[in-house]
Amino acid sequence: MPQVMDASDIRRALHRVAHEITEQTEGAEGVVLVGIHTRGVPLANRLRDAIGSFEETWVPVGTLDIGLYRDDLADRPVTNLAKTSLPVDINDRTVVLVDDVLYTGRTVRAALDALTDFGRPAAVRLAVLVDRGHRQLPIRPDYVGKNLPTSAGERVSVHLEDTDAEEGVWIYSDGGDR
Amino acid sequence: MSFLDIEGHDRTDLEATLDLADEFIEVLRRPIPRVPALQGKTIAHIFYEASTRTRLSFERAAKALSADVMNFAPSGSSVSKGESLKDTVLTLRAMGPDLMVVRHGAAGAPHRVAAWTGLPVINAGDGAHQHPTQALADSLTIRTRFGKLDGLRVGIIGDIRHSRVARSNVAAFTALGAEVVLVAPRTLLPVSSAEWPVTMSESLDEIIEDLDVVYLLRIQVERGGACVFPSLTEYVSRFGLTSRRFSAMNPEAVVMHPGPMNRGIEIADSIADDERALVLDQVSNGVAVRMAVLFRLLGGDRNG
Repeated sequence: MPQVMDASDIRRALHRVAHEITEQTEGAEGVVLVGIHTRGVPLANRLRDAIGSFEETWVPVGTLDIGLYRDDLADRPVTNLAKTSLPVDINDRTVVLVDDVLYTGRTVRAALDALTDFGRPAAVRLAVLVDRGHRQLPIRPDYVGKNLPTSAGERVSVHLEDTDAEEGVWIYSDGGDR
Repeated sequence: MSFLDIEGHDRTDLEATLDLADEFIEVLRRPIPRVPALQGKTIAHIFYEASTRTRLSFERAAKALSADVMNFAPSGSSVSKGESLKDTVLTLRAMGPDLMVVRHGAAGAPHRVAAWTGLPVINAGDGAHQHPTQALADSLTIRTRFGKLDGLRVGIIGDIRHSRVARSNVAAFTALGAEVVLVAPRTLLPVSSAEWPVTMSESLDEIIEDLDVVYLLRIQVERGGACVFPSLTEYVSRFGLTSRRFSAMNPEAVVMHPGPMNRGIEIADSIADDERALVLDQVSNGVAVRMAVLFRLLGGDRNG
């Protein structure tokens, strides 16, 4: 099945996003990266490393499990939760939410609700590795690794070394598997 | 699905609930300690026996998950007019709750309620039978302190016969890998305890230095617990956690008590406030495990 990004594509895309974040926040001043479980977490760590490599500033990284905020608990029961941890007070900081794929926007909606329970950031931005379209809510990303036009029947699969022992982005037609 | 006793759950299942509770501890520490997970759900609290801490703990757990709570207590209600338990719970069911939390003086009452109503039921204590959410709270407290229960030696001391906490805790602690010793005068051991997966001792002094957890129970005067030994003074001298016995304990060992404590009887006043007495951790963890049980029973089911 077609692979649309390989390891170096991902690395280059994340480096560009890291540069964009740094540029728009004047050197990542007051920025907190918050990775949405599962794959948003390693992506947030990589963005921190990239920003650190050219700015010599290490922005804090938090993690968010949005299971308790989902609007489709009835269809997809949650049986376990991953760590939610925000290492710093998010009040008056710029929170950059990080996720692998932006699709309907419902995960981001849930993440925004969760963040509200921790405080009132100065701004919340959204960084995603892949934007595949088909939004069901008025949500848009601020930083995009790759825009990937898809049909609703297709499936986008992001695999990362940290979580899947391989690296790349694949797109499958409905029912396809690898 | 209901949560009625510990025995109906295997180790994997108990650990999954404790893992979930660990995450709810984080939720309870947030600036706004409330998540919308059970929004729109209604939970009926049906408490036939006096209870403050357990009822409040369930209430706190339900509200932290954004569920609505309706409280029922028999005094001043239809029960004093002669209504049966069955009619009472069927009436309450007709008001549309998604789950019932039941405490009752008769062993097995929550099981009957589950059968009559067809709703998920959580046993909040039934007679001298079971108090499974207390056992989860205590297991989480021990696990947080020691990392795991495997290989730990837990002594449960006092009025085992009248204690639903002892029954549930023996089941939970042993399922999670701990070894349990019951320490009590023979008159305070239940007849059935010979079949429990535990060892027994009539002397606290003989075993206290081998224990990792000293779990004290209250003498339940209201269930006849004070009539079976000559005097409270004699009880204290043989089974009370006095300062002398506390200093004989392993320095890493901890003291637990499900509350309410009788200071000066099963536990010396000064020990109750010691850093190694985890009584208040047990209470906080109680809210988190009740959230976990509620969430596992209702979290994936919008229609009840």
